[in-house]
Amino acid sequence: MLKNYFKIAIAVLRRRKFFTFISLFGISFTLTILLVLTAFIDKVVGDNYPDKKRDRSLYISRISQEGKDMMSSGPPSFYFLDHFVRTLKTPVTIAISSGFNGTNTYANNKKIAVNYKYTNAEYWDVLDYNFLEGKAFNKQQTANAEKVAVISTDMKKEYFGDVPTVVGQYIEADNVKYRVIGVVQNVPITSYITYSDIYLPYTVAKDGGYKTNKGYQGGYFGILLANSAGDRDKIHNEYEQIVKRLPPEQKMFTSVSSHADTYIRSYVDTGDDRHSGVFIAVTAISIFAFILMILPTMNLVNINITRIMERSSEIGVRKAFGASSQTLVYQFIVENIILTLLGGLIGIILSFVVLQILNSAHLIANLELSINFTVLFIGLLVCLVFGLISGVYPAWRMSKLNVVTALKAQ
Amino acid sequence: MIRLQNIEKVYRTDTVETLALNKVSLDVARGEFLSIMGPSGCGKSTLLNIIGLLDEPSKGEIRIDDQKTENLSDKQLAQFRNKKLGFIFQSYHLINDLQVLDNVELPLLYRNTTAKERKQLATEALAKVGLSNRIKHFPTQLSGGQKQRVAIARAIVGNPEIILADEPTGNLDSAMGNEIMEILLQLNKNDGTTIIMVTHDENMAHKTHRLVRLFDGSQVQ
Repeated sequence: MLKNYFKIAIAVLRRRKFFTFISLFGISFTLTILLVLTAFIDKVVGDNYPDKKRDRSLYISRISQEGKDMMSSGPPSFYFLDHFVRTLKTPVTIAISSGFNGTNTYANNKKIAVNYKYTNAEYWDVLDYNFLEGKAFNKQQTANAEKVAVISTDMKKEYFGDVPTVVGQYIEADNVKYRVIGVVQNVPITSYITYSDIYLPYTVAKDGGYKTNKGYQGGYFGILLANSAGDRDKIHNEYEQIVKRLPPEQKMFTSVSSHADTYIRSYVDTGDDRHSGVFIAVTAISIFAFILMILPTMNLVNINITRIMERSSEIGVRKAFGASSQTLVYQFIVENIILTLLGGLIGIILSFVVLQILNSAHLIANLELSINFTVLFIGLLVCLVFGLISGVYPAWRMSKLNVVTALKAQ
Repeated sequence: MIRLQNIEKVYRTDTVETLALNKVSLDVARGEFLSIMGPSGCGKSTLLNIIGLLDEPSKGEIRIDDQKTENLSDKQLAQFRNKKLGFIFQSYHLINDLQVLDNVELPLLYRNTTAKERKQLATEALAKVGLSNRIKHFPTQLSGGQKQRVAIARAIVGNPEIILADEPTGNLDSAMGNEIMEILLQLNKNDGTTIIMVTHDENMAHKTHRLVRLFDGSQVQ
């Protein structure tokens, strides 16, 4: 039976090549966009290098102060994280790092754009960077404000060229020379909390902001590491209590708010407590995916109706010789699923090509997109949904066709 | 075997009501070859469609093998047609996308049969109509007479007790028409298949056991 359906599905596809092209193009193009989008989201949200302990970490990326008519919001200061957050009892430790700053440096008369960031020594305990050579700076080196640096693999290649080892050599950034003590695997820029080309001890920061800025806000991030995933709620609540007790810095503000959130929540944080960033992100992505899918689905429904209409004589014959309406619905759905799976296959191949092009174009630093099994599974699921949605209605409509009328429509 | 009692068929549109069949009663015995004649639009095909359970009468009762057919569900009707009835149409109604063998196998798809059984039965049916050498052809590669022979093979492949033929020779020249008629006569004679045939051709009709004439939806002979 299935073989027969397959034969006829292929014959129908070959009969009206233009319709087939439109259908397959619609499915494969949509699927490609969805697959590339999911690969991107999957990479951004799902890739846990270097914060492999994400399941027991909480992230502090913003502190806000609100007054009657005004609001000030931004990343917390080193002082805030070191002075207030460190008093929390439940976390094992706290990683503190600045956001990345851009500067230019020169190597072999070549201008190189670099991003650098400052971290504390605990940062290297909380995060599991993959060291390809050397090691991270320790507490002592940080306390001594030693001019040492950990650099990324790409930075090593760009600054020093193809050399086997660079530990002990000097790299210049922002007119200061730092001794390279470690080289780590690249982090994509989409992981903005942990991404950088050069990592430096916070104590070498030129502006000394970590010492002089006693305000709440100041361009740093904090990652609290819990003993276990279960401890995160406790830390979250403990942190809320501390923030609650903080007095606003100025009279014009009436309240202070900040949260220790999970990775996803902090990643899509909007700075607005009333609307969860996760909710907004999920809603936006869902609406986008829905609109993206509804157009080709409607198109497929339309084409399918025309296609099936052309086959009313066949429907009449099949009914006359013993096909029930249910059997016909089944046949048309199977045919449609064959069509959509074919489109899906083309879509997957196309996605692979697009991802290869995106990766080789280096549009986003260190971001290596790939099709993984989750994405592939989503893709196939989307195809099946396509096949069902766009096949059920036309099939049901046609199966209800009166046999005599169907046979007359030769 | 087939009993029609006071069959009426009315076609209604918003403004017009057309009586296509008016109190037609008919008994067809097992193994009988019956032809239905009449001018165009007199209700011959409508009657054949009603006997074939492809259309419902507005009034009246149909019994086939003493079984009432009016309350059968879509699924039961489909099974009934599949087991008991075979159809031959004037314009063949072959599926052009399928090869001859696949076209003939079609009624068997809706039964519990294996692919091997289907192939064997379809090959036998094609041999009966003398088309063994065309099984891999597509309908568009065949002549009118050959197409009708494929249609006959399709109608007999499931070994139905009744064959309903709607002007089976209508689209063919007289030589081809005679060939087709001969096949039908042999089927009736050798296999005892009950055949009801709608035709315009007096010569063909006179070769059958009995002739029923319709005029304006009523039986006149």
